[in-house]
Amino acid sequence: MWPIYLQSLAGGALIGLAAALYLLVDGRIAGAVGIFAGALQGPSPGFWRNLAFLAGLILGPVLYRAVFGAFPAVRIDASLGALALAGLFVGFGARLGSGCTSGHGVCGLARLSRRSIVAVATFMATAIATVALMNAAGIP
Amino acid sequence: MTKQIPQQLPQLGAALLSGLIFGFGLALSGMLNPARVRGFLDIFGHFDASLAFVLAGAVAVSTAGYALSRRLKAPLLDDAFHIPERAAIDRALVLGAALFGVGWGIGGFCPGPGVAALALGLPAAFVFTAAMAVGVLAHDYWRRDRGPAIERAALAVEQADA
Repeated sequence: MWPIYLQSLAGGALIGLAAALYLLVDGRIAGAVGIFAGALQGPSPGFWRNLAFLAGLILGPVLYRAVFGAFPAVRIDASLGALALAGLFVGFGARLGSGCTSGHGVCGLARLSRRSIVAVATFMATAIATVALMNAAGIP
Repeated sequence: MTKQIPQQLPQLGAALLSGLIFGFGLALSGMLNPARVRGFLDIFGHFDASLAFVLAGAVAVSTAGYALSRRLKAPLLDDAFHIPERAAIDRALVLGAALFGVGWGIGGFCPGPGVAALALGLPAAFVFTAAMAVGVLAHDYWRRDRGPAIERAALAVEQADA
């Protein structure tokens, strides 16, 4: 396929398009953790909309396979225990911080939200520090 | 609740389509691959800059969408835009983002890719997403009385309807 930078740019543009579509049609921020949390809360006004978004999200890679013939290559070095810990931090932290990479990153930066700029700078810094510490300690 | 579904159908269709494009974009961009995400975060080691292009492409198109939304009174299928208006940079924002970053660094998954990667049938994605659900529920239970006033008001209206 095409150079990896172009793939990333095109994939990013599609993510931005999805966020724009969700905003312009449904009037909402395409923040993955907020949508995930909304679907977990059970019956609420937005329950089915959140569930529909998540269903689409899971079908996205399936569509990718239909187009390109295979799922994208994935390599996971972290153990299942580490991934469980990662999930707890991600779920709790993104909720407490009112958003994740999509809500604060893709949508918040586009709105020039001060809260999102602070959140993105903060989570980039701690993510970079975490990877550096794990590499220094030899943890995969 | 159930009888609202037919009226909501176009909204649900738009949500499904948005999710589909989002998930396809994640798959194309490389964000479903934790090794590449952690390579992007590894700026002091084997730095892989390619994922910066994901954020650049996403924010560029999303900015255009947001600019367009400011010229509309309402979205196509709702009476008003539902955009957070809180401006205060508080402890919860910074602490939450910091914890989120630690988790993102450990696993290389953030919420969208975690859910989308379920399609690949990998045990790792299921473990991550299940744990993320526990984290979300733990937070929401802990802060059940402290949510933003808007969410509390929405809940009150919903309970009054029921």
